[in-house]
Amino acid sequence: MGKETVFKEKVLLSGNEALALGAYESGVKVASAYPGTPSTEILENLCTYEGIYSEWAPNEKVALEVALGASFAGVRALATMKHVGLNVAADPLFTSAYTGVRGGLVIVTADDPEMHSSQNEQDNRNYAFAAKVPMLEPSDPSEAKEFIKLAYTLSEEFDTPVLLRTTTRVAHVKGLVTPGETLPATVTPGIEKIPEKFVMLPAHARRRRVELEKRMKSIREMAENFPENRIEWGDMKRGFITAGVSYLYVKEAFPEASVLKLGMVYPFPEKMIRNFASQVDEVIIVEELDPFIELHVKAMGIVCRGKELIPSMGELNSRIVKKAIAGDGENPPFEPARIPMRPPNLCPGCPHRGIFYAISKLDVFVAGDIGCYTLAALKPLSSMDSCVCMGASIGTAFGMEKALGKDALGKIVAVIGDSTFMHSGITGLVDIVYNRGFTTVIILDNRTTGMTGHQPNPSTGVTLSGDYSTAIDIEALCRGIGVKHVQTVNPHDIAATLKVLKEEVQRPEPSVVIAKYPCVLLPEMKKRKDKDLYVVVSAKCTGCKTCLKLGCPAIEWAPLSEEEAKAMGYKPKQKGHARINAVLCDGCGQCAPLCKFKAIALEEKERK
Amino acid sequence: MKKDGSILLCGVGGQGILLASEITSSALLKAGFDVKKSEVHGMAQRGGSVVAHLRYGGKVYSPLIEEGAAGIEVAFEMLEALRYLPYLSRQSKVIVNTQRILPAPVSIGAELYPGDVLEQLRQRGLSVYPVDAFATAKSVGETRAVNMVLVGALSLFLEIDENIFLEVIDERIPERIREVNRKAFLRGREIVKDIQTAQEPGS
Repeated sequence: MGKETVFKEKVLLSGNEALALGAYESGVKVASAYPGTPSTEILENLCTYEGIYSEWAPNEKVALEVALGASFAGVRALATMKHVGLNVAADPLFTSAYTGVRGGLVIVTADDPEMHSSQNEQDNRNYAFAAKVPMLEPSDPSEAKEFIKLAYTLSEEFDTPVLLRTTTRVAHVKGLVTPGETLPATVTPGIEKIPEKFVMLPAHARRRRVELEKRMKSIREMAENFPENRIEWGDMKRGFITAGVSYLYVKEAFPEASVLKLGMVYPFPEKMIRNFASQVDEVIIVEELDPFIELHVKAMGIVCRGKELIPSMGELNSRIVKKAIAGDGENPPFEPARIPMRPPNLCPGCPHRGIFYAISKLDVFVAGDIGCYTLAALKPLSSMDSCVCMGASIGTAFGMEKALGKDALGKIVAVIGDSTFMHSGITGLVDIVYNRGFTTVIILDNRTTGMTGHQPNPSTGVTLSGDYSTAIDIEALCRGIGVKHVQTVNPHDIAATLKVLKEEVQRPEPSVVIAKYPCVLLPEMKKRKDKDLYVVVSAKCTGCKTCLKLGCPAIEWAPLSEEEAKAMGYKPKQKGHARINAVLCDGCGQCAPLCKFKAIALEEKERK
Repeated sequence: MKKDGSILLCGVGGQGILLASEITSSALLKAGFDVKKSEVHGMAQRGGSVVAHLRYGGKVYSPLIEEGAAGIEVAFEMLEALRYLPYLSRQSKVIVNTQRILPAPVSIGAELYPGDVLEQLRQRGLSVYPVDAFATAKSVGETRAVNMVLVGALSLFLEIDENIFLEVIDERIPERIREVNRKAFLRGREIVKDIQTAQEPGS
């Protein structure tokens, strides 16, 4: 379906688009992923190339298992995920290092230093070390495309999965990329039974463990001549060892210095590092997040400086690197201005706003989850009390219930989105049913994976490539698990939703409430111009601010002075009035019934 | 040797900043520059403050603009022009869409929207180019073309032929809305041209 991507000349691509092109040029046949910033666009682009099966898996563990299976069948395979996704996929990762591959297998992990859109900023280079898998790290889109091709070559040559790490400033940076030749296939697809390689029972695994050590030794030797581990000699005063986007910051900050750039960040080219270190006066290691290179270089007995200079939290940039090493430079001329913050917010017309407003009236602990709806933790909704990782809402809510016993009845709910429920919420619900709990699970079914940019998921009935499929019926699934009380509500109808919630949280057995209404941003939703929008009838507004508690971006507070209030016919003490921004209102209607004074009405009716 | 430059584009999620930076990058690329641009996706796009860094020149390493080094700032929303002040130098040119989008603390009545954004910028000695991009976009018949009005305004400061920009718009914008986007771009250019003419000594 859809367009087919073909590039002939140099193009401006993001790191993710470049990885898709590189995967295509590598002859990848099967690709699987779960969307997650900053990795999502790799598969969204890959599915536009001809001859590649690409899919959204329900989670990263399944994605890696699908890719590993494809590799067993003798084709080149790809799994992509954000950094925390690799935690989910860690189980197959560690043992795939034992089985090795048939067709080349590459796993892209997209890390998010600075936590632009993540709950933590873990450094996934540590996985390469822990799982004994080589890892490549490109510094820009052009390298991203070349490195993924090198990764497939390495994978097949050394019979190993290969990790490729990007960070936000590689994945979401656009740069020039030159399309290239396609890698010829080296393996014949088909079924091959090799139990001593693929069946990891202890007797086989012990032998593969030995193979794994031999393999890592060979890769370490190869690393010395790996073309993307390279030294750029400059002055000998300072020698930098660096990798990934940090290399670009070093080049910008110290263009004259000598640099050892590691294209492969694990395992290390020890001879090359020793040779480099012996020829410069001082070795400085510049890397984002953990002292990964630094610890390994120090373990080699080489004197160097790294994290004593360079921050281990957040992103770097050329200025931070310059300042950390060369001391204080000139400060930028302007201080930050004191202005109101602009935190992200749920969109006008978002169905999540209605359900969270209703939940805020329950006085319960809300164990939350990962998605757009995590924004309900912010003021004024302030109705999420925990958020840890994908799927954690249900387990943590249930754990609180078990800790507090009967006293917890009516006091704890779990809130989880449709895609997140499919990802890793189902097993939590199984636990509640199996272990006789009563925690109420609220599933926010907005028919899409919103935060990452509207990917379909198993409950939407559409695949990555846009084909129709069986939509998993969430209500039937919950009943199948054994939940007897499953109710579906329209979250835009806050009063009816609140009534159902009040009943269900008091129920001393498992219950699920599905708040079902499509995301307002879905292309199939009615456009604003075709909707009836709301206005505030200012004569009726008493300035009580109830509607503002929804936190809808379309509802604005207009402050008034005493004179202005009088001029508008208000009581002099009225501090202001609400108004609805006609450019933002989406006509969802959540606000109108909240106004006791009937000051919010449909614009059409008001005009008549 | 190509001249180096840095453009910081900022505004509110949903204003079309990514497309604007995309069009500008493609035009720079066509004009023979090396280009790197950096942006952030995901949570920040939900109505939060959004910023894109665009750097160009003979050879660009870092995708991020250093503080104090942005040659041009294009603020898609007035308040956002002030948020990224540390990136500006005294020589920076600031193109400001005078449209206001209230941030949550203001719309719920907890804080006030500053009434003197343009003055605050001018007080710091910056060259300010105010553009009412929303009204301009509306006047050409497409309120969503705010971003193209601002690309037009920005284009006047880049030493690239306007036809290169128009070519990119033709390539990137679907036919159905191409004409209004071209118009929006040209109107944006004219607005800045008029400001420059008015500023010329002796005029």
